[in-house]
Amino acid sequence: MRYLPLTDTDRTEMLRVIGAPSIDALFADVPEEARLTGPIHGLPNHASELAVERHMSALARQNLVAGEVPFFLGCGAYRHHVPASVDHLIQRGEFLTAYTPYQPEIAQGTLQMLFEFQTQVARLLGTDVANASMYDGSTACWEAIVMARRVTRRAKAVLSGGLHPHYVSVATTMAKFTGDDVHASLPELAAEGDIETLIAAIDDDTSCVVVQYPDILGRIADLSELAAACQAKKALLIAVVTEPVALGAIRSPGEMGADIVVGEGQSIGVGLQFGGPYVGLFGCKEKYVRQMPGRLCGETVDAEGKRGFVLTLSTREQHIRREKATSNICTNSGLCALAFSIHMTLLGEKGLRGLAEANHLAASAAADRLAQVPGVELVTPTFFNEFTLKLSREARPIVRELADRRILAGVSLGRLYPGIQALEKGLVVAVTETATAEDVETLATALEEVLA
Amino acid sequence: MNAINQSGWKPEMNAVEGAAPATRTGNRALMLEEALIFEIGTTETTGVDLPETPKGASRLGALARSKPIGLPGLSEPETVRHYTRLSRQNYAIDLGLFPLGSCTMKHNPRLNERMARLPGFADIHPLQPVDTVQGALGVINELAFWLIDLTGMYGVAMSPKAGAHGELCGILCIKAALEARGEGHRKVILVPESAHGTNPATAAFAGFTVENIPATDEGRVDTEALKSRLGPDVAGVMITNPNTCGLFERDLKIISDAVHAAGGYVYCDGANFNAIVGRVRPGDLGVDAMHINLHKTFSTPHGGGGPGSGPVVLSEALAPFGPLPFTARHADGHIQLVEEETVGEDHPHSFGRMTAFHGQMGMFTRALTYILSHGADGLAQVAGDAVLNANYVLRRLEGVLDAPFAKSGPCMHEALFSDEGFPAGFSTLDVAKGLIDEGFHPMTVYFPLVVHGAMLVEPTETESKAALDQFVDALASVADRAKAGDASLKAAPHYAPRRRLDETQAARKPVLVWKEAPLPEAAE
Repeated sequence: MRYLPLTDTDRTEMLRVIGAPSIDALFADVPEEARLTGPIHGLPNHASELAVERHMSALARQNLVAGEVPFFLGCGAYRHHVPASVDHLIQRGEFLTAYTPYQPEIAQGTLQMLFEFQTQVARLLGTDVANASMYDGSTACWEAIVMARRVTRRAKAVLSGGLHPHYVSVATTMAKFTGDDVHASLPELAAEGDIETLIAAIDDDTSCVVVQYPDILGRIADLSELAAACQAKKALLIAVVTEPVALGAIRSPGEMGADIVVGEGQSIGVGLQFGGPYVGLFGCKEKYVRQMPGRLCGETVDAEGKRGFVLTLSTREQHIRREKATSNICTNSGLCALAFSIHMTLLGEKGLRGLAEANHLAASAAADRLAQVPGVELVTPTFFNEFTLKLSREARPIVRELADRRILAGVSLGRLYPGIQALEKGLVVAVTETATAEDVETLATALEEVLA
Repeated sequence: MNAINQSGWKPEMNAVEGAAPATRTGNRALMLEEALIFEIGTTETTGVDLPETPKGASRLGALARSKPIGLPGLSEPETVRHYTRLSRQNYAIDLGLFPLGSCTMKHNPRLNERMARLPGFADIHPLQPVDTVQGALGVINELAFWLIDLTGMYGVAMSPKAGAHGELCGILCIKAALEARGEGHRKVILVPESAHGTNPATAAFAGFTVENIPATDEGRVDTEALKSRLGPDVAGVMITNPNTCGLFERDLKIISDAVHAAGGYVYCDGANFNAIVGRVRPGDLGVDAMHINLHKTFSTPHGGGGPGSGPVVLSEALAPFGPLPFTARHADGHIQLVEEETVGEDHPHSFGRMTAFHGQMGMFTRALTYILSHGADGLAQVAGDAVLNANYVLRRLEGVLDAPFAKSGPCMHEALFSDEGFPAGFSTLDVAKGLIDEGFHPMTVYFPLVVHGAMLVEPTETESKAALDQFVDALASVADRAKAGDASLKAAPHYAPRRRLDETQAARKPVLVWKEAPLPEAAE
């Protein structure tokens, strides 16, 4: 077996040193009736690299690959071009096969990278500080709600109808067990957004308002007034960014007064990967730093006075505080954070702004083209790289039909909000720099045909 | 004549006179200092040439960004060099033995990486129509099948993003099951004092009260103490097996039976499943829920701290409460993704969704690749060799270091030592830092809490006997220096990219983001 270095001679010699007759004898503490006597039932024996590769490749071939067809899906996961050097660098064994940097003297590579990541994220989100990453955007969003409860000692969270329904679902699931009082609502295709409704909902029991920017339909709204309204009632404003490339083109939530900004970092450096692993972004105002969940990397000096980095403020964390920790979270999403950071370093300010502009203008052109299709109405007047179309018929079967023509047209609201009639004609279309003018034309023509 | 010196070191070579001189750059040959991207990059520089794209009109209105962000860029060659230099300041399993007990640093096969990057897995969107992702759902379903098979359980929740997230999943299943029975008043979770910190943190996060259960002198859960605490207020227990002292909990089945009889559930922390995979099934020991860290048992990379993946296998009693979404294979071969839409008919008691999408797909492909590579015979050998290696380390070192549970039977995948016998002023930390100078990553230190100055060594099955011998010799030598009161050990590491770092200062005045140095204050 290619991954096991011991030879039978080694095993015999080692058993002699141990004083055991066999490897099986080392399992003497397992009750006899529970011990398996032969290889586990059902699973075939070991296989060559080639055989495994054949099996996995056969499964891979059953999927319709985004890069091979006109592709317009978003809603929390975006397809951007990731430069070749990103994947090369994250596969360096010193990054890939390192552990959590518990021994900082021999983990400065990971730690300095995390410090750079935290700074990049904080600047992008417009917050004072950011942590070393969370599992993904949806869990970061829930952790932010819990953090707001700790800060305000109130338990009512008001969620915007524009928040990704899966993020809402995570929050309502968890709240059932933690006793948090989560108020959720549905988006409306006709409305501009629900800022005014949210402001009206803030009361003295409200711990936080959670708003997505751009929202699930692609709309972007000024958060300043909402931030002021939250502040007036001593509630926290949590902004959720599922497409961080947008922040290269639009004002950051922190700049508009959000107290906590969380995000899904997948769209920078991390591929689609069918939903994971992704990387949760988490930033906040400096005054809340000791209530933050997750790992933090901080600067310090070594015994010779040289600058170095360590994991810090771990008295918030489970391995020290146990049942009194701010969260049970143990890992971060280290390697995805590295991919994010490398891609962001390659882009730089100039590249990110250029990429954001390319996305926005391409999406704008695509929206104009698609809105010309009879039976298609553009319902989102402002957007970044994702907009919502209202079709003359239910969108979900149309997405299905277009997939048969090898066009991945977008995400139907019927998929995200099953059974909600008011939304069933909605189709959310994301256009990034990876979609060509021909792709848009293919989609427009096909929509014309299926809607005719 | 001397035999060939395999280390390449010529013993007769004399030390060169004089101390090593300082260098102008701060570099020491291949040990290269590297500045932060904020110090070397500029906002004008980019390492990306953007493609030509269609250009419509701007629709951003007043929200268009006006202020600079402050993100430095580097060209591609500078970027490659920056991260390559940083990488060289890391220890990694690719460089050598990484004996972190309970963390399981084993070799990460590169076939796993290649398979995860097949476009059919890496370049598909989680919300594509399910007919277009049958192969991806097939991977999830197949891995789920083997995880159930290997653990002897009834079902599995695949979506948890990491071990601690899996723990939360299992605990929420228990809570949901109790509430469904009308026994939501059971608020106490019993946790042995040797447990991982995530166990009590998880139980508390889910609204339970945590009570500690003591360990016996031999390093196992005190079965009688645990049994006597059971009652109508106890929701369940969280037990790690093999435990963090490296021992198999012999009484787990007896404990499970008692907990079940008292109306509670048994959560097993499966962090150490790698020691027993293919040799004993937790389902046969009465476990109701157990998370599996795919990065520990099934060799997905740790990546400097994640991403992890923590599927949770469930008993028949808890499976109905498992989270969304999950896959279900129909007789015609079609694989259904069960989500909120159809949950009413298929899975009415589900407690809901824990994360946006379907779990850590990239880890599933790697873990499945590993399981198929090893097969049934290979996985049993994995556990066997892991346990053999750990016992070899235990027996070779028990004369040098205090091994408090060496008489408690064979250890499983890890060997535990204490700082007993170190002279005043010398600690486990000094030994750890001394090992760094010897070219090894230290073992887990100061965990579990039940042993003073704990040193927990987990070699894993992917180490050769030669590597183990070298490590044992190095650790014995450092331990001897500690016992002899060698002052140079207090200042270790001497040869790492950094000397000991001031963690107190880091916590007292946290500097978490880079800021430009303030301009010097004008002279009065």
